[in-house]
Amino acid sequence: MEALREKKTERNGIHFHFIPTNKFKTVNMVIKCKTSLDKNTVTKRALLPYVLEKATQNYPNEKSLMKALDELYGADLAISGAKRGDSHVLTFRLEVANDKFLTHENNLIGEAFQLLHEILYKPYTEDGIFSEKIVEREKSNLKNNLVSVYDDKLAYANMRLIDHMCENERFSIHKNGYVEDLPDITAAALFEYYQQVLAEDDIDIYITGDIDTADLEAQAERIFHLQANPQHQMDKKESVPKHSPNTVVETQDIQQAKLHMGFRTDVTYEHPDYFALQVFNGMFGGFPSSKLFTEVREKESLAYYVASQVENYKGLLFVFSGIAPDSFRQTEKIIMQQKQAMDEGEFTEAETEEAKALLISGVKETLDNAQGIVEMFYERIVHGLKRTPEELIEGIAQVTKEDVKRVSEGVYLDTVYLLTSEEGEK
Amino acid sequence: MEQTDYNRLGEKKYQLTLPNGMQVLLVPKTELSKTYAIFMTNYGAINRMFTPLGEEEIVEVPDGIAHFLEHKLFEKEDRDVFSDFLSQGASPNAFTSFTKTAYLFSTVENAYQNVNTLLDFVQEPYFSDESVEKEKGIISQEIHMYDDQADWQAFIGTIKNMFAHHPVRIDILGTDDTIDRITKEDLYTCYETFYHPSNMTLCIAGNFNEEEMAEVIKNNQAAKTFKASETIVRQFPEETKQVAMEEKTITLPVSTPKVTIGIKESSEVIGREEFLERDTLQHMLLDYFFSQGGPFYEELYEAGMIDDSFEFSTTVEESFGFSIISTNTQDTKACGSKMIDLLLQTRNKKLTDEDVRLMKKRYIGDVLTAMNAPESIAVQLAHYHFMDIDFFSILDYAESLTTEKVNQFLQQWIKEEALTMHRIEKE
Repeated sequence: MEALREKKTERNGIHFHFIPTNKFKTVNMVIKCKTSLDKNTVTKRALLPYVLEKATQNYPNEKSLMKALDELYGADLAISGAKRGDSHVLTFRLEVANDKFLTHENNLIGEAFQLLHEILYKPYTEDGIFSEKIVEREKSNLKNNLVSVYDDKLAYANMRLIDHMCENERFSIHKNGYVEDLPDITAAALFEYYQQVLAEDDIDIYITGDIDTADLEAQAERIFHLQANPQHQMDKKESVPKHSPNTVVETQDIQQAKLHMGFRTDVTYEHPDYFALQVFNGMFGGFPSSKLFTEVREKESLAYYVASQVENYKGLLFVFSGIAPDSFRQTEKIIMQQKQAMDEGEFTEAETEEAKALLISGVKETLDNAQGIVEMFYERIVHGLKRTPEELIEGIAQVTKEDVKRVSEGVYLDTVYLLTSEEGEK
Repeated sequence: MEQTDYNRLGEKKYQLTLPNGMQVLLVPKTELSKTYAIFMTNYGAINRMFTPLGEEEIVEVPDGIAHFLEHKLFEKEDRDVFSDFLSQGASPNAFTSFTKTAYLFSTVENAYQNVNTLLDFVQEPYFSDESVEKEKGIISQEIHMYDDQADWQAFIGTIKNMFAHHPVRIDILGTDDTIDRITKEDLYTCYETFYHPSNMTLCIAGNFNEEEMAEVIKNNQAAKTFKASETIVRQFPEETKQVAMEEKTITLPVSTPKVTIGIKESSEVIGREEFLERDTLQHMLLDYFFSQGGPFYEELYEAGMIDDSFEFSTTVEESFGFSIISTNTQDTKACGSKMIDLLLQTRNKKLTDEDVRLMKKRYIGDVLTAMNAPESIAVQLAHYHFMDIDFFSILDYAESLTTEKVNQFLQQWIKEEALTMHRIEKE
């Protein structure tokens, strides 16, 4: 594997990251705007991507903006908001075909860079604020989206588990906002908030692909003028007293029950046991060779999917599974037995080594994907850690069976959430 | 081994046909860490009536059997093949579609050894009565997972509206009843017929050496014996151009009603040229009219009839084809009727050179994006190869399209008899 190198520069408070690689036929440009997750502003942040994607000063309606993207060979524009632990991150991504693979083109990348700048800094305005019409329309769009989470049972069960488990923590704030906040958001208020985002968020810009770094650096200098004064919101860690596990049962008219269990690991990126936790997760429920997959699915035929996933910003671990409503107690019991087996070190050195090898492969595979590269490099910023992909691989390679057992013993159940049918509850 | 250079794309493809009939396509990409391999049979959920290898009479097998077989191939007498791959650093997977079943892995280590594992496990079935029974519980949960997904219900509901007889209308997974009837013997019958090497393609893209890889594959196959291949007789019932049902409404416990329009694009076997034409033009035209900023999208959006859930797709296969346009909406009847009106207008539309120039640009960008990852390169190569089409040549085909050709297709594209509306109302 050839190591990816990141060339960093700072200009007017904005951090640029150029990552050249010949792996792709397109160039990905990604802008990240980060601030603390805040219940008072989250709905506005969630609404911004909807409004910003519609129009800019030079492309005052969706049709003209789409035409501009079509001219760039159907460049893919995506703006989204996500929760990263206690932060909220807005991501603007533009993926454009690389000139190198096209006849008759020589400046697609430069034009795309210019367009991305325009989308961020020159949104379409009327009388100095966002268009009322667009904002009202997109409020209803966001509202529909918020309501329809009810139709995606897996996403709904995840959301409800976190609602209960992290009730008094910042992490329980919904990244897509709240329906009840929408009526009060005016075009003027949203525009004012957006000015604050541009001025105060931590802004990082990534460009990866078969690029000429020096050339793009010069372009960045020409294009990006505005000053940002990032406020570098650093969040205090919230501590939650350990308690005996809660069980929450909700019913709906459904065929398959969703059993979601929330554990706390108290291990985050900077923790010395971070690497061991990743190995633990792979062996417990992350890989198809895991205890959960083997026991719940292969041996007992209770589920089609059962898996565990770590949340590394907060130190959480989730187990989720789709089961017949009447097998709730049996499945829950088997899952807890597997956790117990991990605590007691009922796994071999060979299994530990296999999980480590798979995790290391996973890191390398991530670096074969442009968005994977950006996310992996950005992760380090979010945590203020200077860990390179090579160091990440080295860290995983050092994990021992004892480390995995120790980290398992520190993982404890917080909340069991079951979404089931009316009959299943009885 | 036949080599093809795609200078503009900076890609090379190597192709060979083995003595047993298996097709092999290799795309080395040493700038990557990973290797992705897919072993695909030209057999999917729609192949429910056929003549078993070495027999004369057509048989009919239970719905969902291709998918069931896919699950069961991973299990051997003494172990699960998943663990073989995992211990060699690879992540295996598989999928079953209407027309294909595929087994695959991605890895950054032991690419050659994993290819041997892939070929061996697919070519050495072991089915027992006991393990067949055990799988039924797992697949039953997979079926019920989809029961609660309104989007999936809309998709298959619309297909059933379009096709009266063609087996694309059956559930890929089957139902609790049909999978309950599946026996070990059924699995062997399907396996022997459709997993013959002459019905399969192996496609590998990623970090490997083509000569070494070809040797591994040749040696692996030379060590195995297969029955003589026969042309497989696949039987499909007659299907008309007309939709089976113009409209259907069901109720589900959803938060927002949903409407889906189906366009029955083709209902009989089509040749290579028509496949390529439909595949390219249906994509380009749907994109032109219905993507954000497109004329039909704008009208629906301005009327407040669609939201973020609006989506469309097109599927082109040898024996059937359809397009689907769907959205959450408050008034399903009004929105669905509006979509049908818009589609019917296309008969009188004439696109300009400028429209076609932009359509082509967008399509070319999409194809280039699909060439970014070894996964999509291998899957697309295999998919098109079954129709004797070279995925890497699709760019040239798209570039060669003239405005006249696009307009010709457009003006005969939508026929009233080929449209259906599927509505999901709140319970």
